[in-house]
Amino acid sequence: MRRTLPIFIVLAVLLVAIAAVNPYFLEPPAFLAFVKRAAPLVILAAGQYFVIVSGEFDLSVGSLVTAEVVIAARLIDGSAEATWPVLGLMLVLGLLAGLVNGVVTTLLRVPSFITTLGMLLILSGAVFLWTGGAPRGALSAQFRELGRGSLGPVPWSVLILVVAGAVAIWVMRSDFGHTLVAAGDNDRAAALSGVRVARVRTVAFMISGLAAAVAAILLGGFAGVSAQVGVGLEFQAITAVVLGGVALGGGRGSVVAAMAGAFTLEALFTLLNLYGISGALEPAVQGVIIIAAVALGAVSLPRRRAAAS
Amino acid sequence: MLKMTGIGKSFLGVRVLRGVDLAAAAGEVHAVVGENGAGKSTLMKILAGVHTPDEGSIEIDGRRVTFGHPVEAQRSGVAIIYQEFTLLPERTVAENVFLGREPGRWGLVDRAAMESATAELLHSLGEESFGPRDLVRRLSVARQQVVEIAKAVSLNARIVVMDEPTAALADHEVELLHALVRRLTERGIAVLYISHRLREVFELADRITVLKDGALVTTAAASTLTQAELVRLMVGRELDSYFPPRAAQPPGEVLLSVRGGGNARLRGIDLELRAGEIVGLGGLQGSGRSELAKALFGAEPFTSGEMTPRRPRTSREGITAGIGLVTEDRKAEGLLLGQRVRDNALLVARATGRGQTEVDRLLERVRLKPPRSGQEVRSLSGGNQQKVVLAKWMAVAPRVLLFDEPTRGVDVGAKAAIHDLMRELADGGMAILMISSELPELIGMSDRIVVLREGRVTGELPAGPSEEDVMRLAAAS
Repeated sequence: MRRTLPIFIVLAVLLVAIAAVNPYFLEPPAFLAFVKRAAPLVILAAGQYFVIVSGEFDLSVGSLVTAEVVIAARLIDGSAEATWPVLGLMLVLGLLAGLVNGVVTTLLRVPSFITTLGMLLILSGAVFLWTGGAPRGALSAQFRELGRGSLGPVPWSVLILVVAGAVAIWVMRSDFGHTLVAAGDNDRAAALSGVRVARVRTVAFMISGLAAAVAAILLGGFAGVSAQVGVGLEFQAITAVVLGGVALGGGRGSVVAAMAGAFTLEALFTLLNLYGISGALEPAVQGVIIIAAVALGAVSLPRRRAAAS
Repeated sequence: MLKMTGIGKSFLGVRVLRGVDLAAAAGEVHAVVGENGAGKSTLMKILAGVHTPDEGSIEIDGRRVTFGHPVEAQRSGVAIIYQEFTLLPERTVAENVFLGREPGRWGLVDRAAMESATAELLHSLGEESFGPRDLVRRLSVARQQVVEIAKAVSLNARIVVMDEPTAALADHEVELLHALVRRLTERGIAVLYISHRLREVFELADRITVLKDGALVTTAAASTLTQAELVRLMVGRELDSYFPPRAAQPPGEVLLSVRGGGNARLRGIDLELRAGEIVGLGGLQGSGRSELAKALFGAEPFTSGEMTPRRPRTSREGITAGIGLVTEDRKAEGLLLGQRVRDNALLVARATGRGQTEVDRLLERVRLKPPRSGQEVRSLSGGNQQKVVLAKWMAVAPRVLLFDEPTRGVDVGAKAAIHDLMRELADGGMAILMISSELPELIGMSDRIVVLREGRVTGELPAGPSEEDVMRLAAAS
């Protein structure tokens, strides 16, 4: 609780600050539009949370998003009939990328930082090779509906986010969720207690891959096809998770706080935008946040440990 | 030489020390004893400058000192040797001894001077088994301890604090350490010796200070106390109620048996564990006791031999076959230190998807005090941490439970509770194997004792053998 509370306070302060500049912000249409814009990052952050809490990293999600969108555009090529099978294929591809990350990390014992960095390079290289630099084909209107359209007043992406969030919370409350945190806290003790550490970590990577596929579906609809659609998303997701008070190295933090971290990041970008501060500054802001958040965690932990002895 | 008066300290509003006095004279071994949580470690950390006291004063040689940082304590001649060493494993002995104050010439480290000074130092401590150029990583725990002590001596320490120095040592290494302590006192160094092993305290100490719940109980000359009196001062309980009575009935059916079990560390292991009995596993450090427990459990499996239930190849297979293992190193292998009591107690049940998940009942059964399931395990005392480990296993009700040093680093009160619980589990039909380096515990608890040496079973003794009987089988002939 002590770790999760601050992020909600920060989020609330930012939302109030945005509302102070733009009084319409907290009205349902504007607020839903904000949530819709944030949805892909929140979903990615939730996926990243599973990997981080188990003690690993997933740097491959950004280029996975790009690869998924580019592949989908080429396969669908504007055809309505191809939409649903391709959506299914995207989810499978996400799971598959996660499976490879997980197996290489756990069975071949390559540190996940390297595994997923390699995956990032492989995927972006493959996309470049396949498209020759400019993506071909087009997404169908049905596909784009998921990222752009709404069911009555509520955008589809908000509904998908709600479902994804509920599933993430449910998973973390299940036995699987607890063993995942156990593996992140102390994998040796977890293994000696019967936890299949390699398996739960691999599943965490697969969840992250699945989250990337869902984010790709929403982003493809929202932003359209480009070879830059996923650039930098892995760092945004990691920043969001860390901002939510989740400890790098695993074993600490909640998925709700990680998702709140993503909302906070999006709110911060919105606020900067409202004040007319250049979007080019976003990476710098993110860099400051990620260092500050990790430093805060590092400073407060030893103090508690000393008090306990 | 050293005089601490009226020391008090609180952490986050919790008083952990109040009005404690402690004095030590040159050349004296002064033991500080008490249950875990009695305040020994905090008191020593105050002396070492790690914590600043809220009240009270410290005098060294009649001069009042205040330490804001460990370096200041070091300059005043205080050295502390922690349970976990602070050596750099990839550096040589000499580099470690002179770390941060290497003798230099023209801006370069004068290795020759450093190594000869270290060699001299080791010689004066009577240590001939390794030299200044050996890598610390390659030294045994006992020898690393000697390096720590050499470092303290080279810093001109006049007060040396040793925190549980023998916890990780085999018996013959303990003797060597004691000889070393005596050499230190001959040099006029005052040694403050913290230990749970009361026999050692009596062997070494001139005076004994007893702490309880953060307050001073008494300081007395060791010769005026008996072991039983000391235990009573520490917990208010006589020593003879130490071990629960042995099983009333003869042991039941065989729950686990091995024939010719072997792997890289074990050979030709024959062993049977029956319902209702506690089998002690004796042997020196390195004789393969922990390896045997891990082989039976499946964490470091047997590669040959017959076993019933079927030879487990992983920890998980061991657990599903009804075997549990309480590991020797609770912090590294037993617990999720950052998680709550509840999540630790339910870990095995959740990992295997079976067993009971009523935490409150589990905590009650293991007598966790206070039985709060929301606390982080990190903040519990050693005894309570061990009870949480037990709760974790009781949740899945194994038929065979293997204990590796079940009461190491556990205070006397919790120790008795754990012993009672082990007997209770055996009486309830569980088969128990217990490894212990403490001979009184091994002998006091076991219905029979199996002794290992160099990875083989060298013999078996009935209940209540003498310490000599066990040692004869354990030591090389």
